[in-house]
Parts: sequence; structure tokens; C-alpha cells
Amino acid sequence: MTEHKHHHDHSHAPSSLSRRIFLRRSSGVTLAAAISVTMGGALLNAEESWALEVKGLRPETLKTLILLSRDIYPHDRIADRYYAIAAKPFDQKAAADPAQKEMFEKGVAELNALAGPGGYVAVPWEADRVALLNKISSTAMFEAVRSALVVSLYNQKEIWPLFGYEGESYSKGGYIHRGFDDLDWL
Amino acid sequence: MVAKFELNDDNVVVIIGSGAGGGTLGNELAQKGVNVVILEAGPRLTTDDFVNDEWESFAQLAWTDARTTSGTWRVAKNFPNLPAWIVKSVGGTTTHWAGASLRFQPHEFKTLTTYGKIDGANLLDWPITLEELEPYYARAEDKMGVTRTNGLPGLPGNNNFKVFKAGADKLGYKECNTGRMAINSVERDNRNSCQQTGFCFQGCKWGAKWSTLYTEIPKGEATGHMEVRPQSRVLRIEHDDAGKVNAVVYVDKDGNKQRQKARIVCVAGNSIESPRLLLLSASSKYPQGLANSSGQVGRNYMRHTTGSVYASFDKPVHMHRGTIMAGAIHDEARNDPSRGFVGGYNLETLSLGVPFMAAFLDPGAWGRTFTSAMDDYPNMAGLWIVGEDMPQEKNRVTLSATVKDKLGLPVADVHFDDHPNDVAMRNHAYQQGRKLYESVGAIRTFPTPPYPSTHNLGTNRMSAHPRDGVVNKWGQTHDIKNLFVSDGSQFTTGGAENPTLTIVSLAIRQAEYIAQQMSVRAI
Repeated sequence: MTEHKHHHDHSHAPSSLSRRIFLRRSSGVTLAAAISVTMGGALLNAEESWALEVKGLRPETLKTLILLSRDIYPHDRIADRYYAIAAKPFDQKAAADPAQKEMFEKGVAELNALAGPGGYVAVPWEADRVALLNKISSTAMFEAVRSALVVSLYNQKEIWPLFGYEGESYSKGGYIHRGFDDLDWL
Repeated sequence: MVAKFELNDDNVVVIIGSGAGGGTLGNELAQKGVNVVILEAGPRLTTDDFVNDEWESFAQLAWTDARTTSGTWRVAKNFPNLPAWIVKSVGGTTTHWAGASLRFQPHEFKTLTTYGKIDGANLLDWPITLEELEPYYARAEDKMGVTRTNGLPGLPGNNNFKVFKAGADKLGYKECNTGRMAINSVERDNRNSCQQTGFCFQGCKWGAKWSTLYTEIPKGEATGHMEVRPQSRVLRIEHDDAGKVNAVVYVDKDGNKQRQKARIVCVAGNSIESPRLLLLSASSKYPQGLANSSGQVGRNYMRHTTGSVYASFDKPVHMHRGTIMAGAIHDEARNDPSRGFVGGYNLETLSLGVPFMAAFLDPGAWGRTFTSAMDDYPNMAGLWIVGEDMPQEKNRVTLSATVKDKLGLPVADVHFDDHPNDVAMRNHAYQQGRKLYESVGAIRTFPTPPYPSTHNLGTNRMSAHPRDGVVNKWGQTHDIKNLFVSDGSQFTTGGAENPTLTIVSLAIRQAEYIAQQMSVRAI
């Protein structure tokens, strides 16, 4: 409830994405491996054909925050790009406010220190990463990330179909002729 | 012809707030030829402005001015600056409400007599009875077009209701139907019938749900006796040397401070802002705030004992389709202390969209337990608990010692602790909700904690004796005869019913009293 704004901003993704990668994660590639840092300091996910400019944080920090976002709200059917969109405001906040930047950078550095060699993104099992998150779950950074994500992830209209949620209905005349009482299994 | 009154017109009734209480009172007075100025903090929207989008609508409608919270209620932890989910716009929370329109039960006007003294509870009988209010309930139901009254058909049940009803039947509940709703089941009063759109909470774009925004307010304006001033933020109520209120100071839509003279002032800003305003209006004559000789202003804050139960099934429900509050079970509303608590509760269907479900299902939760529940969204059904909570003196609205609003005034702090009776009732309702859904095949059930309060009650309560409360049986303050309270803060106790119908009924009744008292020059 701390965040009332809409999050419709998008990463630099080509508009003609194939159906396969429109929503679902591609199989077989871990998120840590799927996202690379380019020479220019952007994040690139070649499999899903998107790139994300990084302006306020270290690119590796934002990459970690994207993985952390998936670990906080893991939906296997949702592609990385939507977690990237959800996490992008952290970079924007860091660019606009040095105190926010310090919070994210310090918070991620602490998480990486807890994780050991290679940092958080190198921990292969989700359960082990979640154990690390439990250790930092009372920190200001974790709560800032989680409370923003609960809006910036679930308020993306593009992922609503995965939840069977149909969104706006007034323009279609409501559901009076479109299944408001179509349940037939009782 | 819409009226326009002078700031120095000291014969007008000034009403602060335009929701169920203020909007209704304004129209009722205007219909009787009384000149009314309504000061509304929020903007004036139309049904075209409403959006079928939960967060966007929240930003458009909700009262998000700073407030603080304290106490052990979970809202203070998860939503520390949002104790209440109420509206700042013309029409107030009648733009957002779900429409359930239930009369109080007889015993709910006599809780001290019926329940007896209960530790920690500041119970009191209302100074009025159900019999006295019945004619006004009837007029309110007619005004609002409540289904299943006056020959109006009930609304059709949606998918969420079908699951609810099947479970109710399995549990042996006898009183389950699609409810008494102030939502048109047929075209009526120049308003559309319900198109089962969902988004009742976001403002009904069809105007099928009763709201003062497009019923009472334009009707009042059409008399030529009512002026509504949107975006008018009241700072304080002033009084003369004799102690009678005589003006309301506010900041207008352009940011300029104005002072509207008044013959009578009626406060209808909902149960957080109304006591705050009385407290902010403290003066050398009234150092504890206006109408506060009892010390009860701001106390006895009630919010109903609420909570939700969501349940997931192995087949689709699509609960978001259609009326949000699509039906109710009244069997548990009776007072039956053998259940381990006094008072009762209603169960009413409820649904949230994905954005709000994520925020409210289990606030603060994360990880796969939470996300697997979200993954079940299409197969979910849901209900809401609304039960009588105990008035407690320590549950109260006070002025913050530390936080000020944009106008430099202390914000409201809302303190709330559950009473053991509230906890026992909620746990009983959670159990019944779980049994209900499991009886029709639920795979998982989710006992969801109360949302930020939509039913805010009791902070300027009615009492027979001035020492026990703030207003008398007409909503007139005990201390100042031309100062009235016209919203749910008058409630002596909360009942188990959604409060809007009672607020509207009290406003109709209060308008009669005010007009009569004006005509005999008593005020």
C-alpha cells in the first residue's frame, strides 16, 4: 500500500516476441545464466530478447535484485522479463536518490557476503537462496523490495491472463452475457 | 438551478462530508426548503471517470492523506499509514461500498441490556430502538432501491455465490440468498440495472449501485437549496461567545482559506475525520475539543470484526466476474453466547482482483506458499466476515503528537486492539468459512486477516445521558445544540450489519428533526 502508482513502463523488448517467450520462462537456463551484463553496462536476456538499461545501480546489483524478486514471488510460468519490469523501479529510485542507492547496494552486498563465493546469483538451489532471504527479511531493503514488488509485479496487465484474471470489463458490457454464472461443476 | 450561497450567509446549514450521511442529510434538508452548503474534501467525479483498475482507482478515490496507527491490530503492522479504506470524493465512501443493506436486529440497539457487562467493553444501549428506526429504514430502502424490499427482485447469483450457496446448504444454513443490496436489479430511479461487471469497489460505472454522488446530491441541487463545494478541506469549526457554533473555516479548491458562516453545522466526515475535526476545533471555551465534555470524542472506535476466507478448488470459479458482494448468510448473525462470544456475524461473498489479492491475501507474505495460492486465483472463491465488535474506550482516534498534514494540522492516529470477544468471533467465523468451502471440495482455504477498515464507527457515539457519549438520539451533540454528527461515528454499538443503510436511515430521521427544530426556532 506504500506504492500507489502504476507500473506500465517496459524494458527495451522488441514488440514482436514469439508466443513461446511471451509469458513463460524458457526452460533449461537458470535465471542467473540467462541474464548477462553487456559491455555497456546493460542487462541482456538473449533467450527472451530483452535488454534493460541500468542507470542508478551497479548492473550486477540490479541483476541480483531481479533474481531476488523471482525468489520472493516465484511463479514458474512468468518470464524473466516481467520480473525485470517489476525490479526496474529499484534502479530508477537509486538513480534519483543516493540514500536509496546506498540501501540497495549495501543490502545486496550483505546478501552476497552471506551467500559466499560468487554471491547470491551463484547459489544454485532456490531453497538455499530463500534461507538467505529469511536471514535478511527484517531489513529495510528486503521490505522495500517486497512491498514495492507486490504492486509492480502483480499490477502488470500482461501477466493477468496467467492468473485467469480478465481485468477491465465495463467496455465489454460486464459479464452479464459473458459467464458471470457459468460455473457448472457443483 | 444549483444554489450558490454567500460566505457570510449565517442562515445555512453547513454539512461537512457528502457520503451516506452528509449527502443524504443534505438532500433531505434541501427537499424541505432548508438551505444547505456541503463542504467535501474530495473532487467531484462522474461515473465516466471511474476506472475498472484496482490500483488506479485506489489512487483516484481513496483517502490517502497521512494517518498513523497504533495498537495490536495487524493493519498497524502491514498498513501503518492506511488504517481505513475509505473515499475522498463527492459521494464519499458510497462510491466504494459494496451495497449490502441490512437492518440492525432488535437486540443490537440494546447490547448492554442483552449481553450484560463485559470486561474491557464499554457497552451501552442506543437511546433509540429498532421500532423507532423502522419507518426510516423503510424510507431508506425505498430511496436506495434495496433488492428484496418493496417488491424489487434479488440480483442473480454469480459463480462466487454459487459456491457459497452450495456450501451454505451443505452446512445446513437456512438464511442464504443474494442479499439485500442497494444495487439495481431492474432499471430504477433513472439508473441502470447491474451488468455483473465486477469492480463495485472502484465506483460503479453503470450507476447501478446507489451512491449519493448521482442520487441524493443532484436531487438536492435540483431544489435550488443545496450547494456542494468539492475540494474544500475543513480546518476547524468556530463558535460564538455563547458557545454555539457559527462558522466553518476551510481551504477551498484554489488553496485559499475561507470562512463559511452557519446556523447549524453537521459533521459527516466518517469516523476518523469527524472526531479529529471536533478535537482540532478546541478553543479556550472548549479546551478538550467541541462536544467533548464526556471525554468520549474519538473513543469507542469500532471497525466490525472482519476477515476473509478464500478457498481454492480443482475447477474454475472466476469469482471476479459479477457483483463483488453477491450474497449473504445470516444464520450466524444472532446473539448466541453458547458459541463462545456475544453478538453475531454475517458472511458475505467477496472477491478481489489479482492486484489486490496479492496485496491483501496475506499481507507481507512471500515465497511459494503465497505464490502457489496466487497461482490458484482462477479456482478461488471468497467470503467476508462482518460481525459486531466490542466498543472499547482505549480504541480511539486521537491527534498525532508528531505527524502533521499538509495544512500543518496534526493527523489522526487510530489505535485498535481486538477484544477477546472479537477474537473468539473471528476464529469461529474462520472455522465456519473453512467448513463451508471444504464441504464443497475446497483443496486449500486461506484465513485472510482484516483489510484496512471500511466500516469505521462509534467515535462520537449516541447516548441517553451526556456523560456516556457525544450525541443524543437525534445525532445532536449533548453540549452544543446546533452542532450535529451525521455519519457512522454516531453508532453506540456496531451491530453485525454493514452500516450504510443505518447511516442513511439516521440521516433521514435527523433531517426531520433539524427542519422541525429550525421551524420552531429552537436552533
